[in-house]
Amino acid sequence: MSPSARPVARHPRMRTNALGLTPRDYEGAMSTLCAGCGHDSVTAALIQAFYQMDVEPHRVAKLSGIGCSSKTPTYFMSQAHGFNSVHGRMPSIAAGANAANRDLLFVGISGDGDSLSIGLGQFCHAIRRNVNMLYVLENNGVYALTKGQFSASADVGTRSKKGEVNRHGPIDPVNLALSLGATFVARSFSGDKRQLVPLLKAGLAHKGFAFIDVISPCVTFNDHVGSTKSYAHTRTHAHEVVETDFVQLKSRITADYEGGSTQAVTMHDGSVVRFSKVSEDYDPRDRGKVLRYLREVRNRGEVATGLLYLEESYEDLHEFENTVERPLVELEYETLCPGSKALAELQKEWW
Amino acid sequence: MEPTNTGDPQYYHRVVDCQWACPAHTNVPEYIRLIAQGRYTDAYMLNRKSNVFPGILGRTCDRPCEPACRRTRVDEKPVAICRLKRVAADLRDPVAHLMPEVPEEKNGKRVALIGGGPASLTVANDLLPLGYEVVLYEKHDRLGGLMLTNIPSFRLPEKVLSAEIGFIVDMGLEVHLETPVTSMRDLWENGGFDAVFVGVGAPRGKNLELPGRYDSANVHIGIDWLESVAFEHIDSIGERVLVIGVGNTAMDCCRTAKRLGGAEVKVMARRGRKDFKASEWELEDAEEEKVEILEYHSPKEFVVEDGVLKGMKFDVVEWYHDEEAGREKSRTVEEVFIPCDDVVLAIGQDNAFPWMERDMGIEFGKWDMPTVDRVTHQCSLPGIFFGGDAAWGPENIIWAVEHGHQAAISIHNHCQGIPLTDRPPAGMNLFSQKMGLHEWSYSNEYNPAARTQMRYVDLEERLRSMEVEAELGFDVQQTAREVQRCLNCDIQTDFEAKLCIECDACIDICPLFCLTITDNGEEEDLRQRLTAPADNLKQALYVSEALPQTKRVMVKDEDLCVHCGLCAERCPTAAWDMKKFDLIYPHAGQASRAEVS
Ligand SMILES: Cc1cc2nc3c(=O)[nH]c(=O)nc-3n(C[C@H](O)[C@H](O)[C@H](O)COP(=O)(O)OP(=O)(O)OC[C@H]3O[C@@H](n4cnc5c(N)ncnc54)[C@H](O)[C@@H]3O)c2cc1C
Ligand SMILES: Cc1ncc(C[n+]2csc(CCOP(=O)(O)OP(=O)(O)O)c2C)c(N)n1
Ligand code: SF4
Ligand code: SF4
Ligand code: SF4
Ligand SMILES: [Mg+2]
Repeated sequence: MSPSARPVARHPRMRTNALGLTPRDYEGAMSTLCAGCGHDSVTAALIQAFYQMDVEPHRVAKLSGIGCSSKTPTYFMSQAHGFNSVHGRMPSIAAGANAANRDLLFVGISGDGDSLSIGLGQFCHAIRRNVNMLYVLENNGVYALTKGQFSASADVGTRSKKGEVNRHGPIDPVNLALSLGATFVARSFSGDKRQLVPLLKAGLAHKGFAFIDVISPCVTFNDHVGSTKSYAHTRTHAHEVVETDFVQLKSRITADYEGGSTQAVTMHDGSVVRFSKVSEDYDPRDRGKVLRYLREVRNRGEVATGLLYLEESYEDLHEFENTVERPLVELEYETLCPGSKALAELQKEWW
Repeated sequence: MEPTNTGDPQYYHRVVDCQWACPAHTNVPEYIRLIAQGRYTDAYMLNRKSNVFPGILGRTCDRPCEPACRRTRVDEKPVAICRLKRVAADLRDPVAHLMPEVPEEKNGKRVALIGGGPASLTVANDLLPLGYEVVLYEKHDRLGGLMLTNIPSFRLPEKVLSAEIGFIVDMGLEVHLETPVTSMRDLWENGGFDAVFVGVGAPRGKNLELPGRYDSANVHIGIDWLESVAFEHIDSIGERVLVIGVGNTAMDCCRTAKRLGGAEVKVMARRGRKDFKASEWELEDAEEEKVEILEYHSPKEFVVEDGVLKGMKFDVVEWYHDEEAGREKSRTVEEVFIPCDDVVLAIGQDNAFPWMERDMGIEFGKWDMPTVDRVTHQCSLPGIFFGGDAAWGPENIIWAVEHGHQAAISIHNHCQGIPLTDRPPAGMNLFSQKMGLHEWSYSNEYNPAARTQMRYVDLEERLRSMEVEAELGFDVQQTAREVQRCLNCDIQTDFEAKLCIECDACIDICPLFCLTITDNGEEEDLRQRLTAPADNLKQALYVSEALPQTKRVMVKDEDLCVHCGLCAERCPTAAWDMKKFDLIYPHAGQASRAEVS
């Protein structure tokens, strides 16, 4: 029988983070996804990111919709808060939770079906509001949980497991996010943690909506020859546009960059993101140029990866709304809800 | 690094830490699983194949397997391998009918064994089934060697000893008791033997030449004294006893003294506890029986008045590191007198071969020891072989057994005209344990239980007689718990590079962070780049062939793998599989199965 939990045996010399925790302290329940699912690798990358950033699990809220991808939150950080919403509705739940408690770190996990079909509107509005959260879209080109129908991110010409060819043009979530004004836009691959982990960390440090589209192959329904979202296809067609290095605040001393093509952006919390451009004429801070460049890469049949666009100074949801510094959940009831007299007083302004 | 050759039986053999450490390479995890299934007889016979004396060793083995046990690297204490062996021996059914068959018709070759200890008995065990006529000469009136004369019966009951010796004698061993060999030349030249095996042990107890040594009859040489107790020539001792030395012999002496009337028994050690030679468990057992162990006492003089032993003088010493000499040295802090009625010297044993003529072609080297080949066990005179404590000095039973196996291979080759160096090679079988999607034919769940404590007979009852076995052995519940602590180190993670799609699932699931996919490099460099620190250099790194998609390699640090099988369970392509490794470690007359096929 398969063990219901991983062995409690621990590596006796595993490095601990500033909180004295090892990556194993960031684990969740045993995954019930298919063996080899890309989503499980994303889970492992998230564990590494939280562990490396010394995040206290109880300061995190994990949110998701419906889909294999949306099961991810169960599989990491059991001690964090979690909310599994209705299909496609995670963004509004996240916005609400964020409005109520701005002190938590929000991480939303979604799928291409969840975010680009039923939840497309929700996704767009979360970007528009610049909700301060990390939004990970585990993109496998299919509705995996419902047995592998093409999703809205399936490329024209990609084949299903049974050989059927997809004819509808895809919605590219990176393109969409850029067009809607997202302030942190990245793409990565579940099979490349060297790239993915720093991106997740930068996304967590970003103030505002940090979007990462992660190509995350579905081994069961979309990993065959002819699929453009398989492990092999992604490996041969990924084009790393920028290499990203995330330098955490605690190790700022090392943030002394060699010149050349390296650019640096200081994040809201003082951490630094360093870019070494793989492509000469790329500027991750010029939205127009980025959009143009990505179109060229796509036209060549390649998939651009890396931290593609970053803007750190834009206002987030709370700044737009001019809310109080203290999280709403911490306000005394009387302050939060001053009663009908105060309401009447307020209403006078408009009468 | 070069891709690991898992086709070489030694690679997976090393992963089975206990089996690797066992001189006779007993298949520990397999016998533990058999015990777990209640198949005690099968477990016993599997043990017997390698170590010949499971009941004896299940009580007395030096247990080199236990410090090696993988469990110590993820948990505090090793699996109680030795005590589980005793369970198999205690709970087995009658096994006489399962012993190796001995042909009626002999092969015409005659072999003499000198000494009736475990080394000689193992040679007999291996050669009798091949049709040899085997003749054993023993000085005492019973067989067993030090197992009989020196290991006290409260640790090793006589009936356990005689039963296991009986299995061998019943194969048709010709035994001559009370027949010491007094001339090697005579035996060799006139005995009509094709080969002779010398298994006479290391019979001489070390003496302590200090003032007053011979002024009293109450100073005893440990191994001779234990022998006299075993043969019931001695059945009492004074109330206050000093045992000099702190090895395992000293532990048997002090515990025996406790049973013969020694009320106040002290073990006197020159060094501190960390340097004691006795096994931790023997020290614990002695202290439990209220033996006092005094550190840093260096014997100086026996104080005898009017022929009566009064006590001993000791220098109390402290140890320091001498830079110049580059080693520890002692200096005296004070001198003390400790009164006593008897002293037992337990400071070691020497070999002695007074009955072996020095001019017959047997070459003697350093410390007047015969020159014996480490692999073949043959001395400079072809046809004469040495093993056990007689070969290279005192060791233990399990080494004596392994020497016996190796000497038997040599004797067989010698008699059949095969070069001695032409030894049957080790082989292996590997077979998948997969039963279903998430099902294996072994229990892969990790049980965090702590090592099971042995239970003992009450102290008072225990000390009443030499014949009361101190340890009770594990009961069925204790056994059921302890078997689950074994990590099944023989169930190997076997990798097939060409199947891997580099999804990382195995790497992500591994609870001990054993796995990494990375660019290949030299070992030193690779060790720096793995998922978790790989700083146990004694444990190998497995390195795969280049992986199909990226040409990187799969690396596994064998150090902490708990054989949970999760990597194989999470692998979508079965690139990892859990395969049972069965070492074929041939004995005399057996070719490895791998060789046959
Ligand atoms: C006090 C004590 C406790 C020990 N406890 C343990 C223990 O708990 N576990 C463990 O593994 N090991 C233990 N040992 C060590 C172990 O007993 C020996 O290593 C082992 O018995 C060696 O086996 P052997 O066959 O080489 O020789 P032995 O067991 O020494 O047997 C040699 C035999 O040869 C006979 N012999 C000698 N000379 C002649 C001759 N000329 N002609 C005929 N016969 C002769 C002797 O009478 C003896 O019977 C202990 C040793 C001592 C001294
Ligand atoms: C309101 C609603 N409509 C439809 C479904 C059926 N459904 C479950 S998961 C899913 C698609 C999930 O696809 P995706 O988000 O890409 O996740 P994946 O399983 O591929 O990771 C659908 C359509 C549902 N659960 N709820
Ligand atoms: S865990 Fe079991 S197989 Fe592994 S070394 Fe210990 S006893 Fe041997
Ligand atoms: S069996 Fe596999 S998953 Fe389990 S500890 Fe060993 S390498 Fe890791
Ligand atoms: S789980 Fe299997 S396919 Fe995936 S990386 Fe590991 S060995 Fe390769
Ligand atoms: Mg999907």
